[in-house]
Parts: sequence; structure tokens; C-alpha cells
Amino acid sequence: MSALQVHIEGIGLWSPALSDFAALKAQQHGLPVDAPTARPQASTLPANERRRAPDSVLLAVEVAGQAVAMSGRAASELPCVFTSAYGDQLISDYMCATLASAPAELSPTRFHNSVHNAPAGYWTIATGCQASSSAISAGRASFGAGLLEAATLSLAEQRAVLLVCSDIAGTGPVGEMSGTRSSFGFALVLSPAVTAGTLASLAIELQPHADHPLRPAPATGEWHETNPIAASAWPLMQNLAAGHGDCTLAAAETLALRVVLETLA
Amino acid sequence: MSVPIQPLAVSAYTVTSALGQGLDSHLAALSSGHGGLRENDFSSAPLACWIGRVDGVEEAELPAAHASWECRNNRLAWLGLQQDRFLEQALDARLRYGAARVALVLGTSTASIGATEEGYRHLDADGRMPAELRRPLIHAPHSLAGFVAEALGLEGPCLTVSTACSSSAKVFATAERLIRLGLADAAIVGGVDTLCDSVLFGFNALELVSPEPCRPFDQARHGISIGEAAGFALLERVDHAPHAPRLLGYGESSDAHHMSTPHPEGVGAELALRDALARAGLRAEQVDYINLHGTASLKNDEVEAALIARAFPSTTRASSTKGFTGHTLGAAGILEAVFALLAIRHNVVPGNLGCTDPDAACGPQLALQSEQRSVNVALSNSFGFGGNNACLAFGRAPA
Repeated sequence: MSALQVHIEGIGLWSPALSDFAALKAQQHGLPVDAPTARPQASTLPANERRRAPDSVLLAVEVAGQAVAMSGRAASELPCVFTSAYGDQLISDYMCATLASAPAELSPTRFHNSVHNAPAGYWTIATGCQASSSAISAGRASFGAGLLEAATLSLAEQRAVLLVCSDIAGTGPVGEMSGTRSSFGFALVLSPAVTAGTLASLAIELQPHADHPLRPAPATGEWHETNPIAASAWPLMQNLAAGHGDCTLAAAETLALRVVLETLA
Repeated sequence: MSVPIQPLAVSAYTVTSALGQGLDSHLAALSSGHGGLRENDFSSAPLACWIGRVDGVEEAELPAAHASWECRNNRLAWLGLQQDRFLEQALDARLRYGAARVALVLGTSTASIGATEEGYRHLDADGRMPAELRRPLIHAPHSLAGFVAEALGLEGPCLTVSTACSSSAKVFATAERLIRLGLADAAIVGGVDTLCDSVLFGFNALELVSPEPCRPFDQARHGISIGEAAGFALLERVDHAPHAPRLLGYGESSDAHHMSTPHPEGVGAELALRDALARAGLRAEQVDYINLHGTASLKNDEVEAALIARAFPSTTRASSTKGFTGHTLGAAGILEAVFALLAIRHNVVPGNLGCTDPDAACGPQLALQSEQRSVNVALSNSFGFGGNNACLAFGRAPA
């Protein structure tokens, strides 16, 4: 099986310390960066939707909007894949707590915002996108599985695809189970062919039975260890900031993706 | 417009719902016209409604080796895997192709949130998850696929699709792409959703739950009845199972309209339908049967009825089977894909249980009673919150 070749045309990124991909690059070069506002702005959403949208949606829409803007493509034309290990943990905590105490008082809005595809729903509504949209999850391999799903969609359909990977910080008993202590989002616009907008190219190869390299390294206290998407995407983010490099990402329990990143001269 | 795909063989399939465990009980229900709904005896607080509950889930203990995945949703998955020799055929596919060459793509909307809810009802003295439920893997959307991957020993691509009520229809599309690109030789697809307070009280809060057994497409319908189900299918290239029924195509789209109500003109639903027909290389008049989404919510049925009436000739038959099973949410895609496959295997059009006076929007396609007639091509519609639409096309293997 030959490697999957996809080409990156846009990158979005948000963490409590980094407002976008430019901030990551600056930080990697040892330059000072300003922290973003406390909540992602998600300016793609109309103002009334932004007020109503839950945190998981704001985060996903923020990074999706950054990546699509960088690509110069129309969001309405991009099939999209949203991936998240835990979905909206604030809503999960609210719902489970309410169901335990006063189930009949459950908020209908929070219920329909609790679906794992809420970010995909808000995004496609805000951008008028009628192409396919998906919402997936794969535990701590959610980033790699999302990259594989988006790359296969792009190549099978020969269309540019938006990939959005995000998890918000958890809270309450369910937050303790997820161990997610910070919010992080990362988005890529992937194209099946090199275009004038190509920023970098990825060659992705499946490496099965890869039990050992997929075990998390011992904790070092780095910020990205507090979020499953950040932890798993960190090697690729560093390569993107550097413009080259290869890394191994988890796509399933024992399935690795070897991802070689090159920037065309 | 999408281009036709190479069909895939659906070489094994099974389903378990309120109608019983395995295919025979589902076929028998279609023949007898007896549904599986009962008065709600499930929620942790009283709620007057009808549900499609599966008997025997509580007894389907997981093997000791997989005890860390214990929860009601995974018990239903385990129960479902053992019907119709599916487990055996899945393990055989692993043997034939190798563990890393069989993909696993499962849909669920709530996974094992029921176990998380239970934890919140019994928090320990410090307000933390009780010790017995302090198992992080079951408090995540990937709980179902994680368990099934371990139980089947699969090591290929593995992911959960969670797009509300289209989840386990979209799994067919993901699997087809993985096989088409050579990343897998076969795929196990399916979905499991179990009853839980989140959906019972959630849909109740949205005023979408019927106080009586749901009546899809009836003028007097009052909303949905929630059910639970587990279903699985094995997909592989047709040369490995030339006589098996086929996945001919699929369509996926987004409404871009509203989080919890469908597009009033059914624009997204029609895009998914046209996409499925284009990939299958089919014209509307070649479709013998359509298993409709038909939830019995006021809006869905009105929009979907109008779509079928305008897009198909009267020779195409159509029905919702949710009057039999309830709306099984994230498992509805696979459950109703299996109804479409049963329609082909047994040349039977399922009747639209619960409907006596069809909505004015319904065309002549609606089959109120089960009918014996030739079914060579069958579609299944699945539409979810967030305006997420999928349509599947299945066909009989050429003679």
C-alpha cells in the first residue's frame, strides 16, 4: 500500500496560550506571544449564535474559521470532519448532574447542543455548507483517526476537506475521568492535489501492530499533556511550525500513522 | 455530482432490537405486524411514554477479560454480536485478512453515557465517580468501538461516528472509502445505542416524545418513541462473496438550516438521496423499497413524505419501521439498513406500523401493511440533529 498524499492549505490553532498558528511559530522561535482572549472568538458564527453556542462549538468554529480563511477556499464547498475525544464535557457534566437531581428540568437547548456533532451542525449552518459533515471520536487516538478520515475523504472524493480537532477542558466527575484540563483546537484544510495554496505536503502511511510507540511518553509537565488532542497532535504541530519532519501518530489502539511533512521550495 | 462506486458485498449482518435478538425475530415481526414497544419501565424517574427496550441486555455479562468495558451499552453490543453467527463470521474475516486489514467503524449517539449518569446518581462522599465506575474508557464516546475492537481483536482503522441519528448509516461511507483506497480489505460496521435518561428526558424537554406508541406519518402522530438496538454488518469486496447482497451507494449531506429541526423543503435530505442514487448508478424508478427515517415527529415526517412523493414513482414502496422498534437514534442507521437487506432477502416490504390515516403530504408509495413483492433495490434514509443526513442504497447480487 502506498502512502496517502495530501496537501495542507490552511491551519487553525487555539489554546489558552496561543491564539493561532502564527503564535505557535513565534513561540517555537523563542519569541514572546500574547495570550488570546479567555474564550475563542469564533467570528464565523453570527453574533446571536455566538452568544448561545456552547464552549465546544466556539473552540471548533474558531480553529475551523482560521484554517479556511488561510486556505482562501469557500467554507460552503468543503466537506468537513470534526473529531473530539470527549465532546462537550461541560454539557455532559450539566446533564448528568441535572438528570441525577431533577431530570424533568433538563434544558432542551443544552440537550440538542450535547450531540457530538454540535460543532459540525453550527459550522455548516453558519457557513451554508451542504456538503457532508461528520463527527468522530477515537479516544486518545482521536486526532490521528480524524486525520485518517479526512485524508481518505479528500482522496476518495478528490475534494478539499476541512478537518477540525478539538476538546474543551472538562469539569466535575466526568472531567476527572477524561483528565482534560485545558482546551485545545487544531484545524487543517487538506487538498488531494498541490495547488497555489499548498503550504506543506503530508505523506501518511499506516503502521499496524505498533503497540510500543503509541504508549504515551512519561509526563514532563508540558502544556500539551493536559489535552488529548494537543498531546497527540503536538509532534505534527512542531513539524508544521518547522516546515518539515516526520512523526508517528496514534490512529487506533495499536495502529500508528507515520506522517512525513515536507514544504515545497 | 458523485461518480458510481464499486459495490461492496454485505457478507454478514445481524440486528437486535425491541423485536428480539437476531434477524428471525425481525422478519417474524414484519410478517405478523406486531411491534416491540412497551410502556416506559426504564428511566430513573417516571416518564409517561413508550419505549423500544431490548430484553436480556442486563444478563449479557461481558467476558471477564473485557470487564473494564462493563456497561449496559457494551452489554447490548456483546448480545448483538452473538446473533446470526456474526461474531464467528467477524473472527473468520480477521483470520482471512489479518487483524490489521479489517476496519471497524461504529456509530453511536450516546455510547455509554448511561454509565456516566449512573455514576452521578451515586457519587462518593467526595463528590467523585463511585469506585466501581471509575473507569475512564466507558465515560467517552469511543467506549463502544473501543470495546468491540478489543473483543474482536481488530487492529485496523477504528473509529466512532457520532452524528446523532445518522451515525450508524454514515459508517458505511467511511468503510467504503477505507476499502476503496486499499487501507482495509474488509470492514465491520454497525452501531449500538441504549436507552438512557439523557435521551428520554432530553427529547421530552424538546417536546418530541409521544405519550402513545409512535405513529410515523399518521395525521394524528404525536412524536417519537425512543428505542435501543445493536446491529453489525461485514463489508468486503464482491469477489469474496459474490452472492451476498451489496452496498451499491451512499449519500451524505448537511442541511445548513437548524440544529434540531429539518430543512422545511428537505433540501439536505434530497441531496443525500441524489448522492446515493448517483454513486449507485441508479434512477429513482429502479428503487423498489425505501426504509424511511419516519420518526413520527411532526416536522420530519411532513418533509420526508413530500420528498418521497415528489422524487419517486408510485411503483416504489416506502415505510418507516419505527412503529415496530421505536427510534433507536445512533443505532437507527444500521437497524434500518438491516430492514432494507431483509426486504431484499425475503422480497417483503415492511408495513408502516402505527399509521392508519396518512399525512396529506404522503404519496402513494407509503406501504401501510407488509407486502410480498420483488425487492431488488432498497434504500434507507437516516437524518440527525445538526441537519446531518445519510442515505444508503442496497441491492441484490446479480443472478
